[in-house]
Amino acid sequence: MHGGGGHLLTSNLFDLTGRVAIVTGGNTGIGLGMAHGLANAGAALVIADRNRDNAASAKAELETSGHPVLALTTDVADPNSIAQMVSATLNAFGRIDILVNNAGISISAPIEDMTLADWQKVIDVNMTAPFICAQAVYPTMKAAGRGKIINIASVLATLGAGGAANYASSKGGILQFTRALATAWAADNIQSNAILPGWIDTDLTKRAKDIRPELHDRILGRVPAQRWGRPDDLAGAAVFLASGASDFVNGAALTVDGGFSIQG
Amino acid sequence: MTAGLFDLSGKVAIVTGGNGGIGLGMARGLAQAGAAIAVVGRNQTKSKDAVAELTESGARAVAIAADVTDKTAVDGMIARVLKELGRIDILINNAGINIRKPPHEIALDEWDSVIKTNLTSAFVCSQAAHPAMKVAGGGKIINIGSMLSIFGASFAPAYAASKGGIVQFTRSCAVAWAPHNIQCNAVLPGWIDTELTQNARREIDGLHDKVLARTPAGRWGASGDFAGIAVFLSSRASDFVTGTAIPVDGGFSVQG
Repeated sequence: MHGGGGHLLTSNLFDLTGRVAIVTGGNTGIGLGMAHGLANAGAALVIADRNRDNAASAKAELETSGHPVLALTTDVADPNSIAQMVSATLNAFGRIDILVNNAGISISAPIEDMTLADWQKVIDVNMTAPFICAQAVYPTMKAAGRGKIINIASVLATLGAGGAANYASSKGGILQFTRALATAWAADNIQSNAILPGWIDTDLTKRAKDIRPELHDRILGRVPAQRWGRPDDLAGAAVFLASGASDFVNGAALTVDGGFSIQG
Repeated sequence: MTAGLFDLSGKVAIVTGGNGGIGLGMARGLAQAGAAIAVVGRNQTKSKDAVAELTESGARAVAIAADVTDKTAVDGMIARVLKELGRIDILINNAGINIRKPPHEIALDEWDSVIKTNLTSAFVCSQAAHPAMKVAGGGKIINIGSMLSIFGASFAPAYAASKGGIVQFTRSCAVAWAPHNIQCNAVLPGWIDTELTQNARREIDGLHDKVLARTPAGRWGASGDFAGIAVFLSSRASDFVTGTAIPVDGGFSVQG
């Protein structure tokens, strides 16, 4: 059997030269780790983040790849801000090939004490915002005849966590939304996949460790890889799912957790 | 830097059932990323053709005839790879067969033969490759599952059992060998245009169109669709990815 892809050079399989990627929450943590991967594979980057503090340093870091970087102040909880993000990207680069829905928050509380406001806020940012972003980039991807959407879920998309019902629900929801996108837009040659990070050393998890000091060692004791993940552990998965290397991969949930979720 | 993420220069990969179909599609991807390839298969003519093609494309490749269900033969195969290519970084357990019969008709020896070829072979090959990987300080094992790792099919009870089993075997190795820096993952191909499925399409009425209608991508997969996933899971791009089962199916398994 001779498959079409077999004739391509592998370097081309993962090459993103000329592509434009939006990474929401791209200033820090996992988002920045993925942005580094995409930029180093040749993509122009838009990092859209609510937090302005790290924008300049993240942009400067990413620009060492030699590819253009646009840092936008974007609040994905606000649909108008998402619309501005998309129009600013099109004004700057004229196209959108890759959308990484990465922006996320966590507000932990026992279910019996969780306020409706804290439930809703997490669902809005982690699940509804990716819906709005995907809808906003769809026309340009459809017109271009291709696109890649990467939604950042979590190992809590499939596991429970008593103190994070809102977070786990939003991540389970984003996984099913990914599958809906995959089936809906396959005909437009848009592949939609989810990445399920495990415990990664970021500002978000640092706050969790501050609240629960035992967390660090408990995770270490359970991860077969015997270490916390690093933001750059996500770079490879992002480039794979953003590139031609994954053109027949659609609706998949790719776990990047050092084996955490399959440890019995 | 990203080129380096997926670079396999200096690495050595074993691909069982590597002389055709999905196995050869993966071997081509690894070769183009810089790896030397040991093509393991029963059909020596096909293996020689595959090696000739890989060599012509600029890769180092050797053909090794071995029955992957036979421990002695596998030990010999591993020794030959170490002798001829010097190391083992990547093992792709891809060899597989199917005997299409419903559960009430499949004979015990047919069941055993499918389980041995699809599941036991992966155990035998992984165990045999483990010492070299451990000594080298790391390795990558890719096991080939199937849509029938997660779904049932009336005509493939042994095949489905073997493919469900290989996902759980993958998770076991992932957990056991993570401290040795060996990542183990499974790839679950959807309906791919290969010799194996060409027979199925001849024998099962309407299969071709049924698959087309259910696959969101609107096409059968090609062996070339597996180059990317093979390189990803063989390279340091996936160093924190272990124990996963990744469908490469054009969306077949998520279509409601």
